[in-house]
Amino acid sequence: MAWEAVIGLEAHAQLSTRSKIFSGASTAFGAAPNTRASAVDIALPGVLPSMNKGALERAIRFGLAVGGKINRRSVFARKNYFYPDLPKGYQISQYEIPVVQGGEVAIQSPTRGDVRVRLTRAHLEEDAGKSLHEDFHGMTGIDLNRAGTPLLEIVSEPDLRSAEEAVAYAKTLHALVRWIGICDGNMQEGSFRVDANVSVRQGGDPKLGTRCEIKNLNSFRFLQHALAFEIRRQIALIEDGGAVEQETRLYDPERDETRPMRTKEDAQDYRYFPDPDLPPLVVEEAWIERIRAEMPELPAAKQQRYVSELLLSRSEAAGLTATDALAHTFEDAVRAGAEPKQAANWVLGEFSAAVNKAGIDSGDVPVSGAELGALLARIRDGTISGKIAKEVFDAMWAGEGSADAIIDQRGLRQISDAGAIENVVEKVLAANAATVAEYKSGKDKAFNALVGKVMAVTRGKANPAQVNAILRRKLVDA
Amino acid sequence: MIARSIAELGRALATKRLSSVELTTALLDRIEAIDPRLNAFLARDRERSLAEARAADAQRAAGRATPLTGIPVAHKDVLMTAGWKTTCGSRMLEGFVAPYSAFVVERLALAGMVLVGKTNMDEFAMGSSTENSYFGPARNPWNLDCVPGGSSGGSAAAVAAGLVPAATGTDTGGSIRQPAALSGVCGIKPTYGACSRYGLVAFASSLDTPGAFARDAEGCALLLNAMAGHDPRDSTSLNRPVEDYSRLLAAAAGAKPLAGLRVGLPREYFGPGVDPEVAAAVQAAVRELEKLGASAVEVTLPKVELAVPVYYVIAPAEASSNLARFDGVRYGHRAARYADLTDMYKKTRSQGFGAEVKRRILVGTYVLSHGYYDAYYLKAQQVRRLIAEGFKRAYRDCDVIAGPTSPTPAFPIGAKADDPVQMYLNDIFTVAGNLTGAPAISIPCGFDRTGLPIGLQIQGDAFAESVILNVAHRYQQATDWHTREPEPVFDREIQSL
Repeated sequence: MAWEAVIGLEAHAQLSTRSKIFSGASTAFGAAPNTRASAVDIALPGVLPSMNKGALERAIRFGLAVGGKINRRSVFARKNYFYPDLPKGYQISQYEIPVVQGGEVAIQSPTRGDVRVRLTRAHLEEDAGKSLHEDFHGMTGIDLNRAGTPLLEIVSEPDLRSAEEAVAYAKTLHALVRWIGICDGNMQEGSFRVDANVSVRQGGDPKLGTRCEIKNLNSFRFLQHALAFEIRRQIALIEDGGAVEQETRLYDPERDETRPMRTKEDAQDYRYFPDPDLPPLVVEEAWIERIRAEMPELPAAKQQRYVSELLLSRSEAAGLTATDALAHTFEDAVRAGAEPKQAANWVLGEFSAAVNKAGIDSGDVPVSGAELGALLARIRDGTISGKIAKEVFDAMWAGEGSADAIIDQRGLRQISDAGAIENVVEKVLAANAATVAEYKSGKDKAFNALVGKVMAVTRGKANPAQVNAILRRKLVDA
Repeated sequence: MIARSIAELGRALATKRLSSVELTTALLDRIEAIDPRLNAFLARDRERSLAEARAADAQRAAGRATPLTGIPVAHKDVLMTAGWKTTCGSRMLEGFVAPYSAFVVERLALAGMVLVGKTNMDEFAMGSSTENSYFGPARNPWNLDCVPGGSSGGSAAAVAAGLVPAATGTDTGGSIRQPAALSGVCGIKPTYGACSRYGLVAFASSLDTPGAFARDAEGCALLLNAMAGHDPRDSTSLNRPVEDYSRLLAAAAGAKPLAGLRVGLPREYFGPGVDPEVAAAVQAAVRELEKLGASAVEVTLPKVELAVPVYYVIAPAEASSNLARFDGVRYGHRAARYADLTDMYKKTRSQGFGAEVKRRILVGTYVLSHGYYDAYYLKAQQVRRLIAEGFKRAYRDCDVIAGPTSPTPAFPIGAKADDPVQMYLNDIFTVAGNLTGAPAISIPCGFDRTGLPIGLQIQGDAFAESVILNVAHRYQQATDWHTREPEPVFDREIQSL
């Protein structure tokens, strides 16, 4: 029997509100320590939390996007524990009644194909501050800028079966929260981080093994490596006759291993109870409907539409919906007159290559979807060839103007005048008698050489289809 | 002059017979002379108070006076007061200067009141005697060997001794009404949420209620007018139209101003646990209300006998969490020497908190613990709802509920210090008002044979502040208990004004 891993993820998505979840302080990243912490965030005596509606709205958007149940009434609870970067001595979170329950995320598993990952819940909570152990000899620095930052904790069921599948789920979830505009997804800044629960069992065994939790994985690579290590560790442990102990572990990227942080015995009693400072969050049906109406078309729905209506392949559709910026570029290009298949090729090819090369975010590029579409429309209507279009695209990227302006300025308009092409063809045939002879003796390659000559004379502007047709006709005559 | 009511002082200020600077100076002198024996104040700042008095006089001269402009006030030390030491009666916050003001502090300052000091209290508002103050007990002006009640004992004693005509308090289980009764002044706890809790250092968040002390109901109404109002910073703050709590008091009334009013007398409030002299004074007060046109009806309050146990589960549970922020990390006391983080927490909190606070943190931590939560905290919340339903049913048969505020008059300092349960039973008639959130007022209704004041509690349904204030006011128009002063306790010569 083969070993099988059973994995569930808890993802923490930092919600993209401008102010904190319970105070008016800014959530901007990178400020000097403790300059983004208000009286509420540092928990001065007497201060009280007041709910940021924007955080709740974003949680509802998520619930709608995954088809979960939006609880009309959810409750904030206090999770009590002492730590220097937890200013109140408790974290405000949701415990018994979260804002979102259930729902699912469809992923492409590298091993199992289409997999629907069920979600347990998604709940709102505040982040803690940061303890800085370096730079302070024998002491710890506390930075409370992050304290009170709104988080949505998204808890999956243990539906994932390999490290690769967990990464596929995490990436899909990461794309989704960005897609619906609730999280900037910046993993370096900790805006999206993951805890993984993992156990192993013999394939087919309905019983779950003892699990370990790996905390705070802030890159897909770390997630992959930590899970791969942990799965190996647990299998080796059991095969050596040992048993997995339930514990919380930390991943050390430098040594590429997980290490125990605390065991079940030191598990704290958080003494959860409903926060008396915050009345239950009541969500009106009408508000949910307003949010639903404002929801963007989701990646899965777009993919389906691209395949059925625009006749793209599954992989093209998946590629175009990797981010909402890419999908928008594609759709704007089609709207501006590009042929869909060609637009897909360009967006995933030239355009993405240029974005990657420039190292910029695909939402922040010098050529918009509509501008790209205007360029591709010129291929479609025969004004330029695909090859010339690449030259025009580079010029557009360099900021030289619109497709039409560049085509005119550089005189790139395709020669579609049959008479003009015939003239050139005749001259080329006359000047290249040897090649013509080769062609006649059955060397097909000679034909391409003659096309090349014609294109060279016209500096690439001759309509390639016309050149082919005229050349074939003239060669019969020659 | 000094011990006069807010309304009287307001009239004297309005007609320029008195300036706020004169009044404030006189009171500051009196506080300086008398307070060493009362220990009602924890902080004073003469220059600041006089500057505020001058500003109030200028405000009046500019024609922008409110009914409270220029009237001196003292704040319970649990209310954050910008630039003032705010200690909550605890070593934990000894020397802590508040960087912002509580909502009610801000409101009264905006109304033009002059702050003369911060008042003594049981540590973090936990207690019924003000003996739990780290800065020593406050004393009862009627008998300096007795407690003034608590936890807002400093405020009650200061008003009773004529050191200030108005003071704020907070009431979590009776902490305004019980000291008002024991010190012989008026104290009102409005509906939960009527006054924002922002800046009130939390003891038990679902019960904590800012309120006020004055010599009469009219003064309480004036203070409440300024203190109440919606505050978006407190999510439990009520968002209701602004109400004039004085409106019924001003209405003309004949010989039977309380005609049609049904006064409910709960069987449970007149049992054997009540001191006979207290019972007699309260019954006499009820007869007085009947003379004014009210009719007395017997009502019953099911499960109200569980109010104290329910309270002593919920309040410590919330306190155990609320007081976790006092960890020595960011402000307040921190142990001078410690081995590591855990040791720092242990030493800091062991040194910073007094015995009663520790007792409640322990109880609260216990009742919230895994495996005990359902049996204690959840069960207490269920009984809390039953008690509230019982009151709701009682209010079908009556408009207000009357009874003793406290089962006994003031007791000697130290008498109950070693018996927390006896101390907790002081709150037996007041805690229900916090569990239901409904308003209640305590007013003087007589004295026992040793000269200690007795308080009458008038409770109303949620938002019925103006009704209970009106009942209290009509009673005070017909009686003079509230005008009695404990002057003989103090040397004649210091009564300067």
